[in-house]
Amino acid sequence: MVSITAAETTSRRVWRRFTGAQRTARFMVYLIIVAAIVAAAQTIEIIPEFLADAPEQIGDLLARMWPIDWRAYPTDVHSALSETIHIASLGTLLALMLALPVGLLAAHNLVPFTPLNLLARLILVSSRSVNSLVWALLFVGIFGPGALAGTLAIAFRSIGFVGKLFGEALEEAQPGPIEALAATGAPWRSVLTFGYWPQVKPAFWSIALFRFDINVRESAVLGLVGAGGIGMALDAALNLFQWERVALILVAILVVVIITEIVVTQIRKRML
Amino acid sequence: MPNSLVIRGLTKEYVPGKPVLSDIDLAFGETCINAIIGPSGTGKSTLIRCINRLVEPTSGEILFDGADLARLVGTPLRQARRHIGMVFQEYNLVERLTVMENLLCGRLGYVSAWKAWRRKFPTEDIERAFQLLDVVGLAGFAQRRADALSGGQRQRVGIARAVMQEPKLLLADEPTSSLDPKTSVEIMQLLADVARSRDIPVLINMHDVDLATRFADRIVGMSGGRVVFDGAPAGLSDAMLKQIYGGEDWLQ
Amino acid sequence: MKTGSPVLISRADPFPKSLWPRVATVALVVYVIYACAQMEISWERVQTGLANAAHFFARLFPPNFARHELLVRGLLESLQIAVLASTLGILLALPIGLAGARNLMPPWASWPARALIVLARSLHPVIVAILFVKAVGFGALAGVLALTVASVGFIGKLFTEAIEEISSKQVEAVRATGAPFPSVLAFGVMPQVFSRFIGFATYQLDSNLRNSTMVGIVGAGGIGGTLFAAFQRFDYDFVCAILIAIISLIMLGEVLAAGVRAIFIDNATLPELFRRRGLPRRDRLVEDE
Repeated sequence: MVSITAAETTSRRVWRRFTGAQRTARFMVYLIIVAAIVAAAQTIEIIPEFLADAPEQIGDLLARMWPIDWRAYPTDVHSALSETIHIASLGTLLALMLALPVGLLAAHNLVPFTPLNLLARLILVSSRSVNSLVWALLFVGIFGPGALAGTLAIAFRSIGFVGKLFGEALEEAQPGPIEALAATGAPWRSVLTFGYWPQVKPAFWSIALFRFDINVRESAVLGLVGAGGIGMALDAALNLFQWERVALILVAILVVVIITEIVVTQIRKRML
Repeated sequence: MPNSLVIRGLTKEYVPGKPVLSDIDLAFGETCINAIIGPSGTGKSTLIRCINRLVEPTSGEILFDGADLARLVGTPLRQARRHIGMVFQEYNLVERLTVMENLLCGRLGYVSAWKAWRRKFPTEDIERAFQLLDVVGLAGFAQRRADALSGGQRQRVGIARAVMQEPKLLLADEPTSSLDPKTSVEIMQLLADVARSRDIPVLINMHDVDLATRFADRIVGMSGGRVVFDGAPAGLSDAMLKQIYGGEDWLQ
Repeated sequence: MKTGSPVLISRADPFPKSLWPRVATVALVVYVIYACAQMEISWERVQTGLANAAHFFARLFPPNFARHELLVRGLLESLQIAVLASTLGILLALPIGLAGARNLMPPWASWPARALIVLARSLHPVIVAILFVKAVGFGALAGVLALTVASVGFIGKLFTEAIEEISSKQVEAVRATGAPFPSVLAFGVMPQVFSRFIGFATYQLDSNLRNSTMVGIVGAGGIGGTLFAAFQRFDYDFVCAILIAIISLIMLGEVLAAGVRAIFIDNATLPELFRRRGLPRRDRLVEDE
């Protein structure tokens, strides 16, 4: 029988959760974080009076937004809101069409040619690194203000997102069925449609829906730089200090965003 | 044995009108190893969990260490739990913590939360944890993560964690049901050794009748939420087993 | 063969085509035409635009770094906004996210917390920034506040979900030892959500960095204001310089975030960090900014 009291010895063993080197690494991160926070807090230009005044100003702003100007909806807001939804859906569609080939090229197991993979990756990375507002600025510069610039901005921002996730889904595809198909001498188009597509189809639609949800939110702000949609109505109302109308537009955006999220979640649930 | 547990009129209804435990009267303290046997769904697990209030009893008294456990709330409940160690069927170790941290969980009731967050435990606790690892046969495993252990090793950590609490009572909820037969015997042996060497009662709930009769000093047989047998393993006749489990084909 | 089966499999065509992909395709084409007409998008406009594009891109290059002082000042302010907003956002999101977890908290705590998170998430950070600019005036403060709100929404939501997915058995075991609630959090809950939390936090820092370069468009501080002004003055070569700087900053942020994840999730040491080739792939996370 093992006795616990008998096991008592005088040796003192120390226990530490991490090794010295691990603790050094963590300490460095903490140090950098604290230094960054202190440096940022000390040098940022914040006017203390503004900060102190903020709660009162926010209260005042909310008071001016009430009552919400519902009557402006049919005349000024509805068309802008539907334009926003069109921008989001057309932009997503265009992005899907453009991202498919790029995603295919980025997948090393599909296109075993490194320079092409790298080129595709470069396209994806630059698409993701540029914010949709910046894309909108660029396209407004090229095509002039309006929904066309907005649609293209949404599309170009989404290529990187869709292409990257789709490329990863392709790389995770099981090689078994694909090798079996290739072994029968099937042409590569058949390998794509019967070997890869069934495996990545759920991921593809899920990515597409997900991006659509994000795009609805993003397309609402593009109007601030002139790229169409409800953002333009918001900008106009803000510039004219029509706070009751601003409130209406915010509520409209909120409702559309929430409805989209619910619909997308439901479709994903049914599909997966 | 100084630590006695007295249960009076304990009833638990998950759905009103359908008691899982009805009017249980039991006293523990005379004997060290107490096995509770019975078919699945008969309330064995609920009984064990009512004692340390992982399950809320509907009515009745659970007298232990000068208090009625069934009435305690807040800090007094927490302090009572510190003295009751528990071993679980699925080990319930914190998977992403090391073996040492899992053992130190047993001391959480005694150190301040602020020290616990920073992993500053008294040296005596750490020393005792190392000794317990030697006792349960896991010397050298202190820095291993719990999810890297086998089932038997995990249950040894589970027992060591319970013992770290310096418990006055040990509860074990099907401690061997997820283990192979050989490991089951080893774990039962370890539990029995731990309880005898510290002179504390242990309540083990299990289905394996052979294992129960082999290790227990006393057997409580339950059926339909009631105690139908209570006595030494020698008194457990086939007729009694038939009454507990129903049917007889399985006895042959 | 089962009788009454709706699809009759003929020998000539083993893959019977269902009607509904075709209907969906037609509906989609009709929608696209309708939407383009509604928004006055036409092929001529695209063509005119494309003719402009060459001219436009020619003016972007070469990038003009002559006003680098303005550029650096803007970038620094963006960085400051991102750091402060992430700090405040994470500090606020931790208790709110915990309060929203229905498996640990009573309904009177979880419902208000969840409502707050939904509210913080529903508006785009740039729109929130507009409101703060109106409330607290132009400048970095509005940007910090707007991105703090966005961080609370994002981290709060993911943290709540992560806590709701943990194993209750591990928590139960820690609770059974008589541990006080904060210690149950430290030993039963945190270990289960910590690595995901580091993932969210570094991701949010990344995302705040991206957005902090944008909120300036509505006057909430950072490089965005400089960018927008350069656009409006048609200083396209300066625009190009700003864009290059922003993209470099964001990529640097991604590298740093990957390093933090390696140290806190994989317990890497500093030499390991520089030795390893290719940092571990980040948690598959929602990318919305």
